[in-house]
Amino acid sequence: MNWSEKLSNSVQSIAPSGIRKFFDIAAQMQDVISLGVGEPDFVTPWTIRESCVYGLERGYTSYTANRGMPELRAEIANHFKRRHNLTYDSNKEILVTVGVSEAMDLAIRAVINAGDEVLIPEPCYVSYQACTVLAGGVPVSVPAKIENEFRITPEELEPYVTPKTKVLLIGYPNNPTGAIMERGDLLKIADFAEKHDLIVISDEIYGDLTYNGVHECFAALPNMRDRTILLNGFSKAYAMTGWRIGYALSNADFIGAMTKIHQYTMLCAPITAQVAAIEALKRGEKYMKKMVAEYDRRRKLIYDGFKQMGMDSFEPRGAFYIFPNIESSGLTAEEFAEKLIMAEHVALVPGTAFGKSGAGHVRCSYATSIEKISEALNRIEHFLTKR
Amino acid sequence: MRELLEILEHNSRVSVSELASMLQKSEYEIEKEISRLEREKIILSYGALINWERFGDDTVTAVIEINLTPQREVGFDAIAERIYRFDEVRTVYLMSGNFDLLVIIEGKSLKDVANFVATRLSTIEGVTQTRSHFMLKAYKKDGVIVDDEEQDRRLVVSP
Repeated sequence: MNWSEKLSNSVQSIAPSGIRKFFDIAAQMQDVISLGVGEPDFVTPWTIRESCVYGLERGYTSYTANRGMPELRAEIANHFKRRHNLTYDSNKEILVTVGVSEAMDLAIRAVINAGDEVLIPEPCYVSYQACTVLAGGVPVSVPAKIENEFRITPEELEPYVTPKTKVLLIGYPNNPTGAIMERGDLLKIADFAEKHDLIVISDEIYGDLTYNGVHECFAALPNMRDRTILLNGFSKAYAMTGWRIGYALSNADFIGAMTKIHQYTMLCAPITAQVAAIEALKRGEKYMKKMVAEYDRRRKLIYDGFKQMGMDSFEPRGAFYIFPNIESSGLTAEEFAEKLIMAEHVALVPGTAFGKSGAGHVRCSYATSIEKISEALNRIEHFLTKR
Repeated sequence: MRELLEILEHNSRVSVSELASMLQKSEYEIEKEISRLEREKIILSYGALINWERFGDDTVTAVIEINLTPQREVGFDAIAERIYRFDEVRTVYLMSGNFDLLVIIEGKSLKDVANFVATRLSTIEGVTQTRSHFMLKAYKKDGVIVDDEEQDRRLVVSP
């Protein structure tokens, strides 16, 4: 019996992640330095962990409201009021989810009908296309260009618009490129969304990790609040990846629809993580800022390092990735990553894992110590000169 | 340059070229700045924090509370100086509250430390009382957890 034939068409059409192979190789090596990790190297600040432990001791072990604990929703609303002067009704317009990953799935499923098209600038996080396909939608990849520092413009998006285009899905600061969009860039995208009456799903999980400037929240742009499904969470800024806690903010109709799916699939986000998230918003900011300052130093160190060895990269301004061009090595991104890990035991991820337009680039995460970054740079330089 | 100091405070082995990249200055500027900070005694020393117990040394540490009679003109400073000049004395703080000086002493044995307190500290003119507390275990020193079990548990490659 060939059970795989019985799988749904949509699942069969999704390609497995391009990262797997490098994970398998790296996992077997002893002295590997990994620049391939997509999460903070910090452990969650103790005050956040401690509040979760305290919560457990006091018996916080039950379900919560589908939308999330009222106190957490209130803190999220306060946070957005304070930071971006954005007002969300914590009873109707906020949904606490199991990470942005769940929020992304819910957002797409809530608004996509079979055959609807989703514009997705590439390179981008690996789940965007897959979630679209699973929801019956059609992902339409729009390549962002290195000349433009991987920002996306309306001129680049325009040729891909059809009568079926319904959603624009953006993720800035960007994984894998480290690109950000400044206010002027986003305003043009906002006009574009309005002109074509598109829903914008904005994944801003790396928003707090913006350097040399402040993060511009897409929903805070004029007229964009209701048109936008804003996704964010605690994973990157507060080093809370394993807690699986995020949230979605939008108009009451969208959030209501997402809540319906959420209540039948997830019921609620884990209460332990919600308790911790409350603490993160109440008292976590100073720890977050310390981590961001540390990422910023590493960013400058790795950017300088690549520049000195003649590897082209634009200066990343967000997240904790740098996306150097490796074409001068004469190798494809896949070959580069594979030969590098074999020869020098440095793991990184080929840009093509994040879409075709990542060709010729590799993603290097600098969520690792300064010592390891320096050692990895030495090994990469050795690899390049030996060739 | 506050950021330079923050980096060095946690890791004084970061190289000048790494510092230059991280702070976006030239190596010359960094070297000049470090020399200035050393000259002005803002940077006091570049020691390593060592777990001597794990190395195998059995040292004894005592925290001594000292009460003093302050002296005209110099207050507590002159007596503090007489105390902090001893090599055995690791740390001296002037405190508010029930005692005046908090002194941390290291010695080879209990007897060694007790002897030092009895013969050298208590006999200093102006010292009216001492109370010694011997340290049993260090959990955290200068912001560093001594036996930290936390480790990197991340997957080596993740999206």
